[in-house]
Amino acid sequence: MSEKDVLERVERARRRKPRLTDERITLSHGSGGKATHALVEALFVEAFRNPLLERLEDQALLHLKGATVAFTTDSFVVSPIFFPGGDIGDLAINGTVNDIAVSGATPLYLSAGFILEEGFPVDDLRRVVASMASAAERAGVEVVTGDTKVVQRGKADGCYINTAGIGVLERPVQLSAAGARPGDAVIVSGPIGDHGVTVMLARGQLDIESDVSSDTAALTPLVSLLLDAAPRTRCIRDATRGGVATVCNEIAQASDVGVVLDEQEVPVRAEVRGASEILGIDPLYVACEGRFVAVVSGEEAAPALEALRSHPLGEGARVVGRITAGPPGIVLLNTEFGGSRIVDMLVGDPLPRIC
Amino acid sequence: MRFVDEFRDQQKARALAADIAALCEPGREYKFMEICGGHTHTIYKHGLEDYLPENVTMVHGPGCPVCVIPMGRVDDAVAIAGEEGVIMTSFGDLMRVPGSKGSFFDANASGSDIRMVYSPLDSLKIARENPGKRVVFMAIGFETTTPSTAMTLLRARGEDLDNFSVFCNHVLVNPAIKAILDSPGMSLDGFVGPGHVTAVIGCEPYQWVARDYAKPIVVSGFEPLDILQSVQMLLLQLKQGRSEVENQYKRAVPWEGNARAQAVIEEVMEPRPTFEWRGLGSIPGSALKLRREFAPFDAELLFHVPGVRVEDPKACQCGEVLKGAIKPWECRVFGTACTPETPIGTCMVSSEGACAAYYNFGRFDRRQLREASRA
Repeated sequence: MSEKDVLERVERARRRKPRLTDERITLSHGSGGKATHALVEALFVEAFRNPLLERLEDQALLHLKGATVAFTTDSFVVSPIFFPGGDIGDLAINGTVNDIAVSGATPLYLSAGFILEEGFPVDDLRRVVASMASAAERAGVEVVTGDTKVVQRGKADGCYINTAGIGVLERPVQLSAAGARPGDAVIVSGPIGDHGVTVMLARGQLDIESDVSSDTAALTPLVSLLLDAAPRTRCIRDATRGGVATVCNEIAQASDVGVVLDEQEVPVRAEVRGASEILGIDPLYVACEGRFVAVVSGEEAAPALEALRSHPLGEGARVVGRITAGPPGIVLLNTEFGGSRIVDMLVGDPLPRIC
Repeated sequence: MRFVDEFRDQQKARALAADIAALCEPGREYKFMEICGGHTHTIYKHGLEDYLPENVTMVHGPGCPVCVIPMGRVDDAVAIAGEEGVIMTSFGDLMRVPGSKGSFFDANASGSDIRMVYSPLDSLKIARENPGKRVVFMAIGFETTTPSTAMTLLRARGEDLDNFSVFCNHVLVNPAIKAILDSPGMSLDGFVGPGHVTAVIGCEPYQWVARDYAKPIVVSGFEPLDILQSVQMLLLQLKQGRSEVENQYKRAVPWEGNARAQAVIEEVMEPRPTFEWRGLGSIPGSALKLRREFAPFDAELLFHVPGVRVEDPKACQCGEVLKGAIKPWECRVFGTACTPETPIGTCMVSSEGACAAYYNFGRFDRRQLREASRA
């Protein structure tokens, strides 16, 4: 067989429905990469199958008595709980707010569920809850219901938080990872990788010190500015677990298009780049908690960028690539060095428990 | 970013590429092996092959420490980790390497405590913090990582730690190069030499490659311009009919290596009579074990190690890939049965493995890739 035949066969194998063959859950099932996809698609989607779930977007869009409601949930197990720029509390609010916001909806109400380990200091819990309260206020949402469970010492790691949230979609937009078309532009809203690198360094295992801090923030105002300036926006996704690379792969696959990124255009802070170089990780895969990837129509790229840059959260927004007709389902990168390569989905997680 | 951007400059790359093209004799095929997995990673990550003429092929060698660990040794480590009160520690890359009964991740899911560390010293720290546990460091790697394992053992002895040991799998680069040069059908024209290993052992130990096998070898840095320049230096040697050991990576590698690191290795370890390599089989004198003085820290003596030799899976052609006899995509199971998420062979596990690098970064016809990305 020629290389071309083999590669075609490989692509066919990649398109096969994911199967869950593992006997036990391993950390890679939580990484946001391929193992997570297999778990979600082969187990959860199979069991709960319905058209709302099958979209596999960051939120479900429910049509309730004339209103379109965005509904989502997320759990937070970050370790350490406190890190430069934020803590598990901000993350729990902003993460759920952003999953609603990237649908174009306005986030309104959240729930909060706490799983606490016996012995967890109440002062730490006070700090976490205070930062949740202030994050909620900044994001314009209210926590209106909740739950608390305590487990024996050793059965959890301090504090886990689950939040769910709803918002109302009032704009006539239908944002979807399946909406990208050739000629569209790919935008990221700011420097990438800050959160993942911050948490990794905050664990203190690496003995690297740096000024970098988490980018955790509610993206609602930025999404709103973008949609005002570029009403034909196809898709917005917050680049959390798996980073920009994973989002681009999801878009390429869902839309059956190619994504070509220019490494030179991808904004990465010097501190994050330095840490990534030392650790041998690629910032494209490192999580952000206050950045999104947006696909906008080519003609609206300039106004979109201008609108994003008018807001402090979007100052570093850049067009980082474009959508092409092919090769479908593949993300290509023009490297800074002047070469080209594929950017694949992440396998396994170099940085577990970052959110 | 300083110290990085200078070595990724496109203008300099284009100038080197022009030089390389001019040095190639028309109609002649050139095959160079980069021994080190770090080089393989650089080549793919930066798309370096776009700068090479079509008749220059880079063959990816056996220098990925994870890739050469045979299944039996993974099984041995899993067996040690399964003993009561053991905390096994290892580098992250090893976590997904399949043994015959699963990987470290699988062992953890079944109740073992195998932790990822960034340095053997982290492992020592875990031992200090867990006096009731027996902490084992699964040591892998070429001469690059050996000194840090040896230093850690010296420190453990200095502290009289009685709950720390090392499961030693350190291997040596020269016997592997010899195994490749002696393998039937070998068609390499020269080697890009391993930069980090050489920073420890120095350039002299490669003289036999140039002298006995008449193959040029250029010790190279890990930035893309380093590798391009090394290829240019190899081609220049061929053109001038020379076969010598040259050092492209002078900014980090002294010709004589690091005497202190060599002494530490010598103090703590000695060669094994033979060691099995994944895909390459048993190679005499190709690995290190702890000296008798360090027996109290030798996991192979402290634990029951099954030591069963496990055949490589039949379909897997890691050995052929490691020797450069076939390209990753020519393996029967590449990309279908064997993928980074469900690796059969070790070359598919580490991002420095030839198969994983090709699958993740290069899984595409090069010309088509170039055209699509510039479209």
